[in-house]
Amino acid sequence: MAGSRIKLELSRVVQGESRLGVLKGLGRTGQHCLEVPGCLLYSHLGTVPHLTQDTLHTLKNIPAVTQVTLSSVAEHQEVLQEFKGGFKKFAGLHDTVVYCSLHDPAALCPPGYTTNKTVSVWGSGGRIELTVAKFMAIQKTIQPDWYQSMADGETWQSNTSRKRLRKSVDRTLAHLDECLTIHQNSQDLQGVEVFGVVEGGDILEERARSARETAKRPVAGFCLDGFQTGSMDQTLRTQLIKAIAKELPEDKPRLLQGVGRPDEVLACVEAGVDLFEGFFPFQVTERGCALSFSFDISLDPERAVLELNDDETCRAGEGQPNGEVTDGDQTQMTSFEINLKDKRYHDDFRPLVEGCGCYCCVNHQRAYLHHLLVTNELLAGVLLMIHNTAHYIGFFSTLREALANDKLDLLKRR
Amino acid sequence: LQHRALPGTLSADNLAECPVTKARACDLILPHSAVSTPVFMPVGTQGTLKGITVDQLDGLGCQICLGNTYHLGMRPGPDLIEKANGLHGFMNWKKNLLTDSGGFQMVSLVELSEVNEEGVKFKSPYDGKEILLSPEKSISIQNSLGSDIMMQLDDVVSSTVTGPRVEEAMHRSIRWLDRCIAANKNPDKQNLFAIIQGGLNADLRKACLDEMTQRNVPGFAIGGLSGGEEKDDFWRMVTLSTDHLPREKPRYLMGVGYAVDLVVCVALGCDMFDCVFPTRTARFGSALVPWGSLQVKHKQYAKDFQPIDPDCPCPTCKRHSRAYLHALFKSDTSAMHHITIHNIAYQLTLMRSVRQSIVDGRFPEFIRSFMKQMFPSPDQYPSWAVDALASVNVTLE
Repeated sequence: MAGSRIKLELSRVVQGESRLGVLKGLGRTGQHCLEVPGCLLYSHLGTVPHLTQDTLHTLKNIPAVTQVTLSSVAEHQEVLQEFKGGFKKFAGLHDTVVYCSLHDPAALCPPGYTTNKTVSVWGSGGRIELTVAKFMAIQKTIQPDWYQSMADGETWQSNTSRKRLRKSVDRTLAHLDECLTIHQNSQDLQGVEVFGVVEGGDILEERARSARETAKRPVAGFCLDGFQTGSMDQTLRTQLIKAIAKELPEDKPRLLQGVGRPDEVLACVEAGVDLFEGFFPFQVTERGCALSFSFDISLDPERAVLELNDDETCRAGEGQPNGEVTDGDQTQMTSFEINLKDKRYHDDFRPLVEGCGCYCCVNHQRAYLHHLLVTNELLAGVLLMIHNTAHYIGFFSTLREALANDKLDLLKRR
Repeated sequence: LQHRALPGTLSADNLAECPVTKARACDLILPHSAVSTPVFMPVGTQGTLKGITVDQLDGLGCQICLGNTYHLGMRPGPDLIEKANGLHGFMNWKKNLLTDSGGFQMVSLVELSEVNEEGVKFKSPYDGKEILLSPEKSISIQNSLGSDIMMQLDDVVSSTVTGPRVEEAMHRSIRWLDRCIAANKNPDKQNLFAIIQGGLNADLRKACLDEMTQRNVPGFAIGGLSGGEEKDDFWRMVTLSTDHLPREKPRYLMGVGYAVDLVVCVALGCDMFDCVFPTRTARFGSALVPWGSLQVKHKQYAKDFQPIDPDCPCPTCKRHSRAYLHALFKSDTSAMHHITIHNIAYQLTLMRSVRQSIVDGRFPEFIRSFMKQMFPSPDQYPSWAVDALASVNVTLE
């Protein structure tokens, strides 16, 4: 494969680990770019959950890259084959870069279905088993701008044996090599980029080996798999990512899968991650919550403390653990959000977040969102998705600003 | 242009009357904006139009939509909505709102305890408490909601009921109309419409018309129909009603929303319509088109790469294919929103075309070409529609 068109231009590297820059050369014509650290736009079959183009485009600074998952697309292989125009055209996505991942970060897969030659994804009609051949055949019908290679990532459960972890590294490398062979011989995939996948569970040596070996292949970047929220604590995650980063070339992007909570994002950026999947706003939306954490680093520190306390006393009353997630349960509410179903919002006529410029906050109030949630109205999901996405995008923007101006500590305190 | 000031705050600028049928087209000047008639009003039951933002609704050209007094009166309640600056403020809809009285939900939704002269007694589905919905209570809630058009509380009886109950309900509705008029705190800002009852009995309906048209209300609804009765009876009651309603006041036919029914009832002299059908059926994947409907979730559309209607200018048809929407129904709720938007666009476009044809003096031709598009052949035209149109001088093939 000729040199990848994707180029990561780093403008800063803080303390040898956190990276700030721009990922350029994205898309078939190479004209798109994505600032890093950044997040991808999460989608179901190319559509941001709950949103149509009109509601989506009330958002400013929408990430240039949309993530689609094989779990949503694989079952439509025949349709795409007949359509012949590729997934982007099929979904009516005009001006975005499409990245195809294997799994949906917001939907855990049942374990036990991976073999030496296959991995499985779950579509609306059930399990779909993929060999590399089938995987690549589907990629040819999708024609994404870039995709992750097929990988065995079934290592996120605790107490996975060393033997199993080693197998996941070996299989993933084998899949990568097979993918690359097919890719290089395919006319349909000319101009499409491939990311290798780093596996190895929680074992340092395996992680390093996986990274080192994957880096030898002609890939455009690296996916870091098996670190999903709930699979391990952040300290271990940070340690492992740093070890991986040491083995990876500086000028290729690192995409961390399955991690979206703001505090974890921050820690992983510090460990050397560039890209994140943007599924967290969706999870918050599905539990009827609104992201409300403050990330304004220009605030007067004293005033900032007061604001944080106010929100905290609200949440403390609900007995929610502060930022803790128990037993890998990704659906538990975090301290970054407010639960709008709570009775206290019944007559709260403030916007979700004061000063948030999103369509929801400009046009609607907490009391209305509360009503929509209590009455199970579809509009709740639409408005919350808009707000939560806007808030999350804003967080990443501030994160980059903090990196640029050495204000990362301020952000961590929030 | 004739400008007529009506009691209340509604004025009607008469634009056109069809010389062949009983159809009319005008501009109703309501407190929040003008409304061009004939008009179809989408139903936003609980202060929201099922998954559509107010901006999207506005973008489709909607000038008036409905809210339900029963639902909103229960949750979040009139006091909260009043605090939010009325239903307009609460849902942030800047154009017009029409609220019904809550009476229909009494019949269709709840376990009825009793209907008597006082009002309708029922058990709240949320806490089991007994609630009385009286004319005064209904108007009070609607005053809090601040809708541009309010409906009287009527004694609602299913159109399939016969016997003395129908007559009792008709007379009571007249008495309740008077109580509603007396209870209205905002006659300057809110327009209270009467609702003509009388079931499928021509004499009863005529009696009701005679009485109610003596009241000084800004508009009239034709109620008690669209509830499962025979279409042959339905259209006869509609046309009887419009025959005896004042020319310069709007006629609102409640619960009518199928395309054929809309076109025929415009020809019979109705101006305003509402129905949950287009938005409800959308959520089941049923897209309305000039030749009927299209079940997007059906297997046959999995590889159909056309839009729902190639001639439709709505956002859904401009960007997405039947195949994509078919696939999207398996992945995300937004599939429903796409169809909802399309169906509202379909209804509003239909009414706009109807209106334009009346203004241009070619409504009968419009009717004929509409029917041709909708039905594969003339022998499939519903006989009630043929009869109804014939009664207003439109002969179909």
